[in-house]
This record gives sequence, structure tokens and C-alpha cells, in this order.
Amino acid sequence: MSFHWRWDFTFEIMPRLLWATLNTLMAAGLGYAIAMVLGLGLALAQRSRFRLLTLAVRELVEFIRSTPLVLQIFFVFYVGPQFGIRLSPWVSGMAAIGLHYSAYLSEVYRGGLASVPRGQWEACIALNMTARQTYLRVILPQALPPALAGMGNYLVGILKDTPMLSVIGVAELMQTANAIGSESYRYLEPYTLVGVIFLAISLPVAGLVRLFEIRVRRKLGMR
Amino acid sequence: MEDMSNYPLELTGPDVPMVRFMNVTKSYGALVVLDKLDLDVAPGEMVTIIGPSGSGKTTVLRMLMTLEPINGGVIYVDGQPLTHMPRGGRLVPADARHLRKVRASIGMCFQQFNLFPHMTALQNCMEGPVQVLGLSRAEARARSEELLELVGMIDKKDQHPSRLSGGQQQRVAIARALAMRPKVMLFDEVTSALDPEVIGEVTAVIRKLVAEHNLTMLMVTHQMGFARDISDRICFFFGGRIEEQGPPDVLFGSPRRDRTRQFLSAVKEAI
Repeated sequence: MSFHWRWDFTFEIMPRLLWATLNTLMAAGLGYAIAMVLGLGLALAQRSRFRLLTLAVRELVEFIRSTPLVLQIFFVFYVGPQFGIRLSPWVSGMAAIGLHYSAYLSEVYRGGLASVPRGQWEACIALNMTARQTYLRVILPQALPPALAGMGNYLVGILKDTPMLSVIGVAELMQTANAIGSESYRYLEPYTLVGVIFLAISLPVAGLVRLFEIRVRRKLGMR
Repeated sequence: MEDMSNYPLELTGPDVPMVRFMNVTKSYGALVVLDKLDLDVAPGEMVTIIGPSGSGKTTVLRMLMTLEPINGGVIYVDGQPLTHMPRGGRLVPADARHLRKVRASIGMCFQQFNLFPHMTALQNCMEGPVQVLGLSRAEARARSEELLELVGMIDKKDQHPSRLSGGQQQRVAIARALAMRPKVMLFDEVTSALDPEVIGEVTAVIRKLVAEHNLTMLMVTHQMGFARDISDRICFFFGGRIEEQGPPDVLFGSPRRDRTRQFLSAVKEAI
């Protein structure tokens, strides 16, 4: 056993990995966009007047959060076709990871919504606002800033979970590193690079989220 | 189920009250908060509700603002049923659309102000007129600035609530409610959360409203001197009922009921 890092090999595989990084970023970005929208829907549905809907969504969120992401990815990709739902690796992957993270984000939103004092809702009734106006103009602008920190955590989280998409053949970083490894029998450089690339993305993202949070709070007149 | 055939579909005639509580009951489970309340408020009248805590005073305002559903009876506003709507010749519980229509004539100020913290004072006032009444931004701004002037807050119109004192926030909240041009204004313990030295600036605004505007007002307060000065009528609530009511000089000067006397002397001692 000896540790020998080969720089020439490192530079040789770098372009391929950077290329794959674009896929990783796209997967995380798309998945997160789906999760943000779907998660808001799941959070609002849990505040609905219709008890049955509220209960069903509550159970769904618990179910998604209590089962592994990788299982959900397999389910969408391999079990889906048995029910006639044939999706490409990319689409299955986005559906699974988006749904998975929407469950987590819905809990973050739910906390944010619960943090808005009851008096704000009552003021909206007193001003005769519709439910839509109440949410869009008053409740969400106050519920989102406290949710931003939690949302940022899951943005980093979804980025770090994209390697799971390699199990169904999405050509993101991990899958590319695996491919390089099995072609060249060298694993040290590709895996190390994958780690470094993830670090190089995660750290600035976390920092940017923090900055964004401060800016939003200041803009909305909160401290 | 209550027999709704005893309630008129609307109030007509020469002396239609601005607000009528007819046989209104409110309970939380087994606890009856208001027991078959009958209360009329005439157009332009200023009625103040006083009473010990738990007597149902605030509940009266909250039901009128439709913040709380009622369990029996009907509330009418400007002759129209608020809590109910006519359908097939009788009254049925109001749906959201009917509530929005009738609620438009009611405005409310709260103990905790409830200003929108992410909007400036001016934006708070403009929000309802622009979003709900559909006014242009220019119209809404003109109306809001006029009202902020009225409550003496025009200098602070671009401040967020977090930068304002309690008294200043409450004055903005009054302007915000007035910007909707309500026929009835509800003041729910609007000075109770304020430091003693700023209570006067809020009561001064309400005095001005009473003197210069022909608004119908319902107020719950612990400021007995203030209530006595500006009210046309005082209602003393006790145990979910009106124990005694009358003009301020009569009710404060020579109350007829023991409970009223006990309450007033207890309040006087506290001061």
C-alpha cells in the first residue's frame, strides 16, 4: 500500500468531472425548485379547512420523511414502469428528490407559518382581505424570513444527496467518478476531486444563504 | 337547531340600527360567554362596553368583526344580516362571500395594534384600499396620507412599525382601519398595551374622531374617565349579559345595580 497521487491523471480527468459538476448543479437546482413549490403546497394544504386533506397530507409528509431517499428513487424508476409510468433517469430522479425534499421543506414552511402571530390573520380579516391576499401580501412575507435558515440547510442537503441519483444512472459527479474509477482502476483522484468540488460548492452556498437571509430581514424591516 | 323564522331577513323602517345583536349566544364548549345578547347601536352612536374580565366584552367586538363565529342568534349591520344570509325566504349561516360583503362596513383596532411589520406606516394604510377596495395607488396614497395627518403620524409615514412606539403604532392602526371607510369602528382595548404616558395620544385621536366624524363606534376600554367623556352610552357587562346600560353620567353617577356599583368602586380603588 502506498499513497501516490498522480497530478497528470488529476488534470486529465478534471474536465470530465467539471462537466459532470454542471449536471450535479442542475440536478440540485431543479430538484430544489420542485421541492420549494411542492413543499409550499404541502404546508398550505396542512392548514386547509378540509380535515381529510390536512390529515392525508400530514401522513404523506411523515411517510416521505420516514423512508430513505434512495428507496424512493428506485421506486419511481423501477417500480413506476410496472404501473405504466416510464420515466427517464433524469425525470425519475428529479421527481423523487424533489418530492423527498418537498416533505422536509414543507416542515420548514410550516414552522415559519406558525411563527406569524394570530393578530396578523385577524388584521387581514378586519381589512376584509381574501385568503389569497392574506397569504401573498401578509402571511408569507413574514413566514419566509424565519424559514430561510432552514431552507438554506436543505439546499446544501439536496446538493449533497444528488450522488444518490447515480444509482439509476444520472450522469452527475459521483456516477462520473465511478466510471473513471472502473475504467482506470484509480479511485483516489476522482473521489478526492468529487469531495473537493462538493466542498467548493457547499461552503459558498451556505455563506450566500446566510447573506441573503440578513438582506431579506433588513429589507422587510425586521432584525 | 335554532328556529330561524323569528329573525327578519333584513331590518327596515325609519330607525334601522347600525348594529343589532339579536339573541346572540356565544359559548366555548360548556362555558357560555354571551347569553342571548340583545344590543342595538344607532348610526353615529358611540357605545362603550365596560365590565370585569371574562364578562364577554371583547367577544362582542370579535363576533361583530367575524373573528369568532356565533353559536346562536343573528347580528345585523346596517340592516343586513352579517352572520347569516337570506336564502329561500329564511336565514342560513353566511358563506365567505356574504361575510366579505357585509364585513366591508366594519373596521377594527386591536389591543396589540397588529400592524404589518414588513410594511411602512404608509404601506400599512394603503394595503387595504389598494388590494381590497381596488383604488389606484395614487388615490390610496392621498387617502392614507390624509389619515396619517389626522392621527399625527405623517412625519413617520416611511417608518416600519418596529421603529415606532406603541402609541404611534396604535395611531397608525387607527388610520389603517379608517382608510377602508368603515361605517362602524371597533376599538378593542386599544390603550391596554400602552405605557401610561402615551395613552393620551391615542385617546386624543379617538376624541377627535368622535367630535369630527359621524362614525358609529363600539369600544371596550378600562379608561373609565375617557369612556365617560366621549360615550353616548355605557354598557356594563357582567357574566355574559348586559347588567346595566345608560348615558355615562347616569351609569357612572348613579348606578342602579349593586354589581355596577361594586365594579365601579373597585376600578376607582385601582386608580
